[in-house]
Amino acid sequence: MSEKSCFHCHLPINGPVQFTALIDGEDRPMCCPGCQAVATAIVSGGLDNYYRYRSEPAQQADLSQALKAEYKLYDREDLQQSFIRSLPSSRSSHSPQQKYEARLLIEGITCSACVWLLEHHISSIKGVESVTVNLSQHTATVTFISDTVKISEIMLAVLAVGYRAHPWRQEQQDALLEKEHKQFIRRLAVASIGTMQVMMYAIAMYAGGSQGMESEFRTLMRWVSALIATPVVFYSARPFFSAAWRDIKNRHPGMDVPVSIAIGGAYLASLWGTIQGTGEVYFDSVSMFTLFLLSGRFLEMRARHHTNQTSRSLHLLLPESCLRVNKDGNTERVSPSDLQVGDNIRILTGENIPADGTILNGQSSINESALTGEYLPVAKHIGDQVTAGTINTENAIEVEVTHVGQNTRLSAIARLLEQAQGDKPTIARQADRVAGWFVCTVLIASVGVYFYWLQHEPDDAFWIVLSVLVATCPCALSLATPAALTAVTGFLQSKGMLISHSRVLEGLPQITHVIFDKTGTLTQGDLSLTSVKILNKTYSRSELLDVAAALESHSEHPIAHAFPASTTPVKDVENITAQGLQGRIAGHTWRIGKPSFVSPGMEASPPDNHLTWLLLSCDKMPLAWFGLDDTLRPEAKQIISELTTKGLQVGLLSGDNQGVVNRVGKELGIESCHAQATPDDKLGYVQQLQAQGNRVLMIGDGVNDIPVLAAADLSVAMNTASDLARTHADALLLSGDLNQLLTSIDKACDTRRIIRENMTWALGYNLLVLPLAASGWLAPWMAAIGMSASSLVVVGNALRLSKPPKQDRATHGE
Amino acid sequence: MDSLYILIPIAVVFVAVAVSVFFWAVDNNQFDDLEGPAHSILFDEPETKQNKDKQP
Repeated sequence: MSEKSCFHCHLPINGPVQFTALIDGEDRPMCCPGCQAVATAIVSGGLDNYYRYRSEPAQQADLSQALKAEYKLYDREDLQQSFIRSLPSSRSSHSPQQKYEARLLIEGITCSACVWLLEHHISSIKGVESVTVNLSQHTATVTFISDTVKISEIMLAVLAVGYRAHPWRQEQQDALLEKEHKQFIRRLAVASIGTMQVMMYAIAMYAGGSQGMESEFRTLMRWVSALIATPVVFYSARPFFSAAWRDIKNRHPGMDVPVSIAIGGAYLASLWGTIQGTGEVYFDSVSMFTLFLLSGRFLEMRARHHTNQTSRSLHLLLPESCLRVNKDGNTERVSPSDLQVGDNIRILTGENIPADGTILNGQSSINESALTGEYLPVAKHIGDQVTAGTINTENAIEVEVTHVGQNTRLSAIARLLEQAQGDKPTIARQADRVAGWFVCTVLIASVGVYFYWLQHEPDDAFWIVLSVLVATCPCALSLATPAALTAVTGFLQSKGMLISHSRVLEGLPQITHVIFDKTGTLTQGDLSLTSVKILNKTYSRSELLDVAAALESHSEHPIAHAFPASTTPVKDVENITAQGLQGRIAGHTWRIGKPSFVSPGMEASPPDNHLTWLLLSCDKMPLAWFGLDDTLRPEAKQIISELTTKGLQVGLLSGDNQGVVNRVGKELGIESCHAQATPDDKLGYVQQLQAQGNRVLMIGDGVNDIPVLAAADLSVAMNTASDLARTHADALLLSGDLNQLLTSIDKACDTRRIIRENMTWALGYNLLVLPLAASGWLAPWMAAIGMSASSLVVVGNALRLSKPPKQDRATHGE
Repeated sequence: MDSLYILIPIAVVFVAVAVSVFFWAVDNNQFDDLEGPAHSILFDEPETKQNKDKQP
């Protein structure tokens, strides 16, 4: 059988192709009716160029009816307030129509062709004035006339081309980040334009100095330089001054203190020189220094914001709306925030549960993976508790609400997280202390130099101290770390490892323990069929598999996805929650599921307890066992052995049962395995390791991992991780390739080496130059050239980090 | 050389204009998405004209 994959989403199609769509004059295979509908909508809109432009496959489409009903809810004005605002009517108000602007969060954007497709598709709707889709934030801003088009219609149009629209509720934190980002770009613009101008005048003055320039022009140039450097110092360099002031108030001097003294001192001295018409001016050095430092900080900030941009908070686990059952038995769609304790709500198949509650009616399987990491749904009956944020997978249920809002378990996890973050140890503290010492030394030395010269040559004292500050200006020293971090962060990002805190690179070489979560980290997080054991030779393996697949195609349970698609017709299919499925094929009753249900009265025990086993029977006669397992990531085993060779302790923490965890641990060669761990257990285990003086790297993905991710010295979230987990991890493995973990550790060691080299060079240069400057031997222009040259050396050395490691290529060659 | 007394102030005015244009661009969200526009310039408009069926 040839491997076929869906033209739209590139997912493999098991079995014969049942759905096709006409794209570019050819029938293309489709995996599901959802993708088919989306592809047809794209082609009929004349937007089939999308398939030519895209660089990433689309996400698999789904046709959820619940979502459509939910969209209708947004036509209600009270729910619109959070994401729609009315625009002031234009000056030429010929049209009395009121315009609105809506911000939507679009789920499913994979590459820039998605932006093209969405913009063209939405703008073709009547009543839509303009659409802008932001690729890095995954948001769309739509301007529309509410008389002509409703917001629900726009959201439905997004759904029609295979994406999901959610109202974009900007968190306060996001708004602050956006403001900070814009502010930073402004400061950078002022600094760079200012520096270019001042440098131009500086060159004119240097040239004029050697060739002879009339003093009136020299004065003019000095005044103009002063004019342009003023906003650079007062606007662009302001973050350094405020940080330095904060450091001084906290009595904890950091890099910002000498930076501020150098910028401020050189600026004031130059200004004094300009007014007096004597001495040297350093407006060029001041501006350039500010620009360099600011660029470093900007790149660092962007890396830090990157993960936050796609992040959404806890409440996205909650549905946007739910069905409330009123006393008269009718249902209405309401927002979860309207729910009160004691309300009855109906939760349809596939919907998220909006609040904690007790089941009143019906039975179903609830997927609690977001909270517990357990990928198999848990069967729930009347009287059982359900938790907000989990998904109802099988049947509609009615639930009486017991806890809402802040009292739900989901909120409790969020609080646990805050607690864990509070005690997070920072490796950065140590580096800060060293910098603090250096800064104090330089300051004390300058004061000493000043008093020495004040007694010997009072006129020169100020200028000599200034050259000490300029020459020892920790330019190279302060660039040493950020330049190296920026280079390596960029390199790792291109490899699919997104670093959101610089402490990751500082901390990785010191790690002693690597702790993995199981589901979704070492494993793929999806069930697959790994073993079939036939008990009765009446039917062949393929016949049995086809029957099982046909039965399972009627179930929404994740187990069903492990089976291939089947076209065998089944009659009278019954889905018995937590038991199995029953159906009639060619006059026989087939059952698949738990042994007690499938072959009642017969002794049938599964071959072992390592896999999840399903029994298939025909007229209650057991025929075959189907073994399902969560498949291991192919690279997992090698990674573990390489980590062990590096001398690291590898551990496994999982919420799964002991049998499964032990088997996985054995297969991968992990000795320390802990099963059935709750979020508290995980947190406790990691904290215990830390108490023994170990440094822990935690790799996980679920919401249940969040507290432990926050508590670990360093944490990495997988690409499939919940958004909350992503936000609170220090790094994100975007490519999902565990190999990058090793690359990161190697690179982090290189980074540490390069930072040390840079520091040695910068400190060596500064120490060499300090006595020269202090003795008044160094002309200020020499100091300026020396300072710039040492910065360039540092940056050049740091850029070596953005190349792939040499030993990597060497081992491939062997 | 006296022309410097005119040229330098003009240059300063240009700088001020450049900075204010930059500020305007930042305020108008031109720097919000630094990835998307780099690609979108390469994509053609779809063949069917959509502006036709749009009401003015």
